[in-house]
Amino acid sequence: MKTRVLIIEPSEVIVEGLSSVLGEQTRFKVLPPLNDLAGLDERLVTSKPDVIVLNATLSASPQQLLADESIPVVALVYQYVEPLVLKRYDGVIDIRDSRGTIGETLMRVTQSFQPDNHKSGASYELSRRETDVLVQVARGLTNKEIADALNVSVHTVISHRKNIMHKTGIKSVAGLTVYAILNNLIDESALV
Amino acid sequence: MTASLNDPTIKMGDLVTAHPELVMILPRMGIALGFGDRSVADVCHRHGVDPDFFLLMCNVYCFAQYAPGREQILSTDMTCLVPYLRNSHDYYVHRQLPHIEHHLHRIAEHLPERVGMVLRRFFEVYRAEVLAHFGHEDNTVFRHIEALQTGQSDTTYCMSDFVKSHGNLEEKLGDLVQIIFKYLPESATGDDTVDVVYDILQLSTDLNRHSLVEEKVMVPYVMHLERSVK
Repeated sequence: MKTRVLIIEPSEVIVEGLSSVLGEQTRFKVLPPLNDLAGLDERLVTSKPDVIVLNATLSASPQQLLADESIPVVALVYQYVEPLVLKRYDGVIDIRDSRGTIGETLMRVTQSFQPDNHKSGASYELSRRETDVLVQVARGLTNKEIADALNVSVHTVISHRKNIMHKTGIKSVAGLTVYAILNNLIDESALV
Repeated sequence: MTASLNDPTIKMGDLVTAHPELVMILPRMGIALGFGDRSVADVCHRHGVDPDFFLLMCNVYCFAQYAPGREQILSTDMTCLVPYLRNSHDYYVHRQLPHIEHHLHRIAEHLPERVGMVLRRFFEVYRAEVLAHFGHEDNTVFRHIEALQTGQSDTTYCMSDFVKSHGNLEEKLGDLVQIIFKYLPESATGDDTVDVVYDILQLSTDLNRHSLVEEKVMVPYVMHLERSVK
């Protein structure tokens, strides 16, 4: 399955360049691009992207654009953008990055969002990032607090939590706390 | 689509033989076993239960997809509804939960102390939640219904509050099963583990059907009562 990439970028030159870089990698399918955010809602439904690459100057709060869709949004950067804004994106691509780095960034971000990547043979073991999130959940932190502590977007935290529930089969915070203690991830004194 | 039970003339013994899970809910309607050859209608009348109400409860309990229509709910005698729900609560609190707790304590004895403690603690917190959930229904929701049934307009509570706040009691039971299946040390396996999983699954299904009765029968019925008393 190819990863479907939707590019939202006003500059035709940049769109052409990025499409060509991604197009030569067989793991990506570049969807017809948009030059601004108008029409995004319709596109989400019709072309079902797996990841969105968005010019970071177009939105300071990318996940609000997506309503309930669980799609990672990667910032495309070629000028100065507030670090605080970049933090709200699920990843960052600088146009000066090498082709290899750009591809890796997109794959990494997309995979971290897949709720059922065990189907492709990946293990039920929690990834290091998922373990980090689990520990914070077990300590009773909210999604927002976890996002701040781990320096990722709230959306990324939610996606990790989905993966954790999927892999462990445990849904409640209390159940995840038991799991964390049984696996020596936190101390039982964390139980209030 | 969904098979349903709607013939009060069949023999009660045949009904329960075809759907043995019904043996769980008979005592909650005060119906004793030992039916002989009597029909559903006959057995119900002997115990003061409306046969239509009885079959309605059987349908919800046996078929998770079953959804009674409004007309059917309004034409059924609901005198036994609140006693049925209260008896169900009693059964969960005084029979099922202590059973599960007993097994869990025995499992915990074979576990490293900290693990056993965590497991027991998880269940204690869960039980407190269940008691609070039922306590609220017993003291507020069911009293509200009983007041409406005697023609009093009780304005402090209404069914839409119930719909908004009705929580799910099965989720943590599912988690407990997952923990026992996958994450307890092997030293914990034995008869108690099998028994407790069986009990938990049984309770979980039962609670699920209980909330279906509340959501598919009690809510529409009481909303109608609220409109007609005002």
